Amino acid sequence: MITIIEVRNLIKRFGHKQVLRKLNFSVQQGEFVALLGSNGAGKTTLLRTLSSLSKPNYGEIQIAGYYLPGQSAQVRKKLGVVSHLPLLYGDLNAEENLKFYGRLYGLSDFQNHIEEILQLVGLLKRKKDLVRTFSRGMQQRLAIGRAIIHDPEVLLLDEPHTGLDQDAANMLDTLLQEIASRGRTVVMTSHDFPRVANLATRFDVLYKGIIHSSKFAKDLPQHGLLAYYQSIVDEIDAGGENQDAA
Amino acid sequence: MQPKTSFFKAMFAVVWKDLIAELRGKELISAMLVFALLVIFIFNFALELDPKTRSALTAGILWVTIIFAGNLGLNRSMAVEKDRGCLDGLLLAPVDRTAIYFGKSIANWIFMLIVAMIVLPIYSILYNTNIISPALLLVILLGSEGYVAIGTLLASMAVQARTRDILLPILLFPVILPVLIAAVKASAGILSGFPFSDLQTWFNLLIVYDIIFTSVAFMVFDSVVEE
Amino acid sequence: MKKPTTLKILDVVTLVALLGATAMVFFYAPIERVMGAVQKVFYFHVAAGWVGMLSFLFAAIAGILYLVKKTKIWDLVGVAAVEIGIIFIFINIVTGSIWARPIWNTWWTWDPRLTTATIMELVYIAYLMLRQGIDDPERRSRFGAVYAIVGFLSVPLTFFSIRIFRTIHPVVIAGSDPSAVGTFDMTPTMFQTMMVSIVVFSILFIDLVWHRIRLGKLANQVEELKFNIQD
Repeated sequence: MITIIEVRNLIKRFGHKQVLRKLNFSVQQGEFVALLGSNGAGKTTLLRTLSSLSKPNYGEIQIAGYYLPGQSAQVRKKLGVVSHLPLLYGDLNAEENLKFYGRLYGLSDFQNHIEEILQLVGLLKRKKDLVRTFSRGMQQRLAIGRAIIHDPEVLLLDEPHTGLDQDAANMLDTLLQEIASRGRTVVMTSHDFPRVANLATRFDVLYKGIIHSSKFAKDLPQHGLLAYYQSIVDEIDAGGENQDAA
Repeated sequence: MQPKTSFFKAMFAVVWKDLIAELRGKELISAMLVFALLVIFIFNFALELDPKTRSALTAGILWVTIIFAGNLGLNRSMAVEKDRGCLDGLLLAPVDRTAIYFGKSIANWIFMLIVAMIVLPIYSILYNTNIISPALLLVILLGSEGYVAIGTLLASMAVQARTRDILLPILLFPVILPVLIAAVKASAGILSGFPFSDLQTWFNLLIVYDIIFTSVAFMVFDSVVEE
Repeated sequence: MKKPTTLKILDVVTLVALLGATAMVFFYAPIERVMGAVQKVFYFHVAAGWVGMLSFLFAAIAGILYLVKKTKIWDLVGVAAVEIGIIFIFINIVTGSIWARPIWNTWWTWDPRLTTATIMELVYIAYLMLRQGIDDPERRSRFGAVYAIVGFLSVPLTFFSIRIFRTIHPVVIAGSDPSAVGTFDMTPTMFQTMMVSIVVFSILFIDLVWHRIRLGKLANQVEELKFNIQD
């Protein structure tokens, strides 16, 4: 197994608030990791830091053999990122959006490649339609298409299910499984527990800026994801109170 | 791949993207244009322009129009990047940040020039006097370059602020003044029919200011977008 | 955080020096023969202008250092310098007007220095407004630094542009423009008084910057304590 993401003692502050507190995190190639945590736990911050959009205050980040923030250009080539905003231009059509990002990633002769990606995300028929006419689900699928245009080794997704209805979310899951089956590493944050339970191969609990526990899917009891998460959080809270008392 | 080619590729990708999007919606240019015409009309009534006073005022009115319309365009052009998180999308790409800066600047420059190219003949028709000349076009080319160089930088800061709707003109107008003065002076000289040699100083100044403003914006742009 | 002893001493020195400079202006420097007593405003006018320029230069340098090093202290220096600069340039403009009223017969003229000083004031008020509009402290510092650099760069260019129009402002040091109204020959005592005023105002500037940085640090501490209580 090759370690593709390695984070050591990561600290990220916003003003006086320490959002990530000496966080350690590592992901093996080909894993599908779900980061579980409530709002404000630091999930988005962790993903933004991993995606090189936000610089760490302290700590070491290594992705696909390159360090952040020093070698961010190399890291960016290996990363695909899907955030809760679509990162797409409403006044361009689906094809043009992909073309634009393809150029930014330095791809050439990508016409066939773009068709393939549109096929994969199920938007080939809508390729000439403006993105602002798309539904939220279609935008999200195109956002994933945009994120994988340069065939990245690691895909980072921040709450990709937000705002999607059942059908759209199901389509998204199928798409993610398809990408994962190609041997790509996926790190995803979510609080839609039933959904991630069927997707991910590993579950990490992020609570108050630290990753507290990590469990493989095979070690989880059936439908036990929520119970697992709750038990970890309760344990930490109880521990925290004891510390305060002492 | 050579880094140099990817720099220009990314830069032109940004320009291409802005032009395609604008060609489709024409929101930015039409807004700038209507606004520019309104400014001219407001000046007409506010100053009660008559042919005598007009020739002295034309250069000033022209530049105020261009600057106000340009301000509108700059704000809009950066807001588009910010609203759907596209700025993050640009920053996630493995390209030099300055390629993004130059791409946006060139696109903004093109939009300003298009607006100027439409305003000039309209102004000429409205006041029944031909103000279009190669020298004046050169002044507009140089003046608006300096304007968008700093304007694109400050607009990318302004859109990230809470008070973004009111911030850009306040940030931009006081620092852009040297370019504006030189541009107005050069234009006024041209419109009054002075020979080019008399206006050489102003042209030189415009070029110097353009170089200074562009290089400073180029150097600090990283700090404006990197977190 | 206790007030450092050096700062206490500096406070006293500044106060004494300021009184000394004022005494010099009134009793040491002679009354200018054409303009009369109003010319005495000139000493603090020049000194305030000098300190204002110095402040904005500091702010620009602090801006560069902040962007390079990303340490909070340079942000504090930058804000301190800008705030103090705004006050001193304001004093400079007001004292200038007081002098101009009897000499030029107007409170205000569109003279290059006057205009540039006022535009400079506007640039730095815009700087404060920019900071006010940003909530994230790190981003606020970064944008402040960028604008302090751009602003400082633009000011001399503005001056240069307007300068090409003819000036009626007296050029006190170096050369004499015959068209300038209100020029006068400085006697040695006048020159000494001016130099002392400049030095004293520089001390005042250092004292104020120190206080402002200390205030900034204390404000940060308060915020941190407040934050810890909430946590």
